[in-house]
Amino acid sequence: MKIITGNDLKTGAVIWWTGQDWSIHVEDAADVGDHGEQILAVEDAALRVNGGYVIDAERTAEGVRPAHIKDRIRALGPTVRPDLTLKPADPNAGNWVI
Amino acid sequence: MYRYDKYDQAMVDARVEDFRDQTRRRIAGQMTDDQFKPLRLKNGLYLQLHAYMLRVAIPYGTLNSTQMRKLAHIARTYDRGYGHFTTRQNIQYNWIKLEQAPDILAELATVEMHAIQTSGESIRNVSADHYAGATADEVIDPRPWAEMLRQMTTFMPEFSYLPRKFKIAVIAAEEDRAAMRWHDFGLRIVKNDAGEIGFEVYPGGGMGRTPFIAYKARDFLPQHQIFSYLQAVLRVWNRHARRDNIHKQRMKILVHELGEEEFTRQVEEAFQHILKLGSDFPQAEYDRIAAYFAPPPFETRLSDEIDRSDPDFAVWVDQNVAAHKAPGYAIANISLKPIKGIGGDITAEQMEVVADLAERYSFDELRAAHTQNLVLPHVRKQDLYAVWQALVEAGLADANLDLVTDIIACPGLDYCSLANARSIPVAQKIAERFADEARQKDIGELKIKISGCINACGHHHAGHIGILGVDRKGTENYQLLLGGSGDENTTQAKITGPGFDEDGIVDAVERAVEHYRGIREPGERFLDTYRRVGMDGFKEAIYG
Repeated sequence: MKIITGNDLKTGAVIWWTGQDWSIHVEDAADVGDHGEQILAVEDAALRVNGGYVIDAERTAEGVRPAHIKDRIRALGPTVRPDLTLKPADPNAGNWVI
Repeated sequence: MYRYDKYDQAMVDARVEDFRDQTRRRIAGQMTDDQFKPLRLKNGLYLQLHAYMLRVAIPYGTLNSTQMRKLAHIARTYDRGYGHFTTRQNIQYNWIKLEQAPDILAELATVEMHAIQTSGESIRNVSADHYAGATADEVIDPRPWAEMLRQMTTFMPEFSYLPRKFKIAVIAAEEDRAAMRWHDFGLRIVKNDAGEIGFEVYPGGGMGRTPFIAYKARDFLPQHQIFSYLQAVLRVWNRHARRDNIHKQRMKILVHELGEEEFTRQVEEAFQHILKLGSDFPQAEYDRIAAYFAPPPFETRLSDEIDRSDPDFAVWVDQNVAAHKAPGYAIANISLKPIKGIGGDITAEQMEVVADLAERYSFDELRAAHTQNLVLPHVRKQDLYAVWQALVEAGLADANLDLVTDIIACPGLDYCSLANARSIPVAQKIAERFADEARQKDIGELKIKISGCINACGHHHAGHIGILGVDRKGTENYQLLLGGSGDENTTQAKITGPGFDEDGIVDAVERAVEHYRGIREPGERFLDTYRRVGMDGFKEAIYG
């Protein structure tokens, strides 16, 4: 599947395109097929996302998983500071990244 | 230390308001990202993996307690309670919101700090020996010249749109503690036979994907001609630089392509012309700036004795305390490399402890070292025990300066959008592997430096042991390098062979270290042994 990510223009937070809006949770990401660049053009003009790009991902039993480790780290947070990730209480969250 | 005059303050304040307006216009959609990006970069604001990152300049690594407390306040108020000291004596914050960035810059301006030219194609923060003004082996304090170079190169139109970034380092001692020859423009202050002060000039260095060690272009440049010489260097670079190819824009590439002799010839030609324009500082201006760096009022008749009856304190003194030029004083290094921590990271609370110690025990002075540690430059030996006790309480008393666990590491793929692999977890695993204090002491001085990509922010080219993280078909892979150095005998590390995964690189480092322990001669450091025997034996030990 293809999904869209970027950073929130004002806060810099990592965000994912849900099909209608943006979410900070990668599991909300929608498969955009071949429409990624069109969506980004519209969203860029809407001034919500900064540096948006389309990436490969797969839907697994644990939810949407970006293909590249860089985007998995973006989705969770720094592996060396689990307390600052989106799943600070999950001791296995780091394994999802690797 | 230098204090802003009304012109400095007015310029920095005006810059804050400029950026506030630029940010407002970007958020309002009156500016595209392509238009805004070079403006935010000139103010040290990057977009990284998880948020915006703000890099704050600490000129030549010198700051006072008021500034450190402000850095703590920013960490607590605008970030997530911590900051990260970098390999160029700066500090950066990882979780900045664009809409708050102008407010942060305004706060910094109240304590004579800014983020100007900490990114972008400009002359970056001038770095210097972090023992400047405290060590006995310097000719003069290099910071007045570092400050003058900072003033010369800030906002100067000719230097504002350079082909690429340009880094300057200034030292004044035989021992190079600033990796001077790994800079675009390295300067060593020397005294000639007539007792005159001048510079050895080293242009053309730099790390990154194409590393070069700066060469000596001048044995002695009279000190008051330095600005003309720097202009000449920049003009030759500006004239020929490959602005069409980002990988060839750094000055080191031009020096390599023209050749040292031809580059020097063109610089000298330009220099003779610029010198006549009379744009160098007069002596009176040097004297005015130098007065800010006058030595603090050291007490006399202090004892050089240190009560070493507490064995843990004695270990710290032996490893982290360096000789000071004034009798009865010492230089106290604060390691930011706890075994399970993140190198260079420091919490807001720890910043405040360090600020308090600087105010109480070090004439209100602090230094940030390019090794991602901090320094209290002027501590009475009789106060060292109290300083150490406070550091213990704050979790800042690791006695590992220059040892195998004092690892330089860039933020890597945990934070950086350019990185290919994570650096910090590798540093942590190596540190844990060598955590035993007796083993560290037995190994002795060993500088491990880790970069998460070829941009080399973790200085892997200069590591006794260097590690470079690469992306191999979507997975992290680590190349091992040996034999680099950033000291006065600067050398570039060489790759040992095929790379390793994260656990494999830790094992490989251990095999290299154990090989050294097995073959070293009395008094040899790891680097000495490597230089004596060469790569082959190490390679065999590492790969079997």
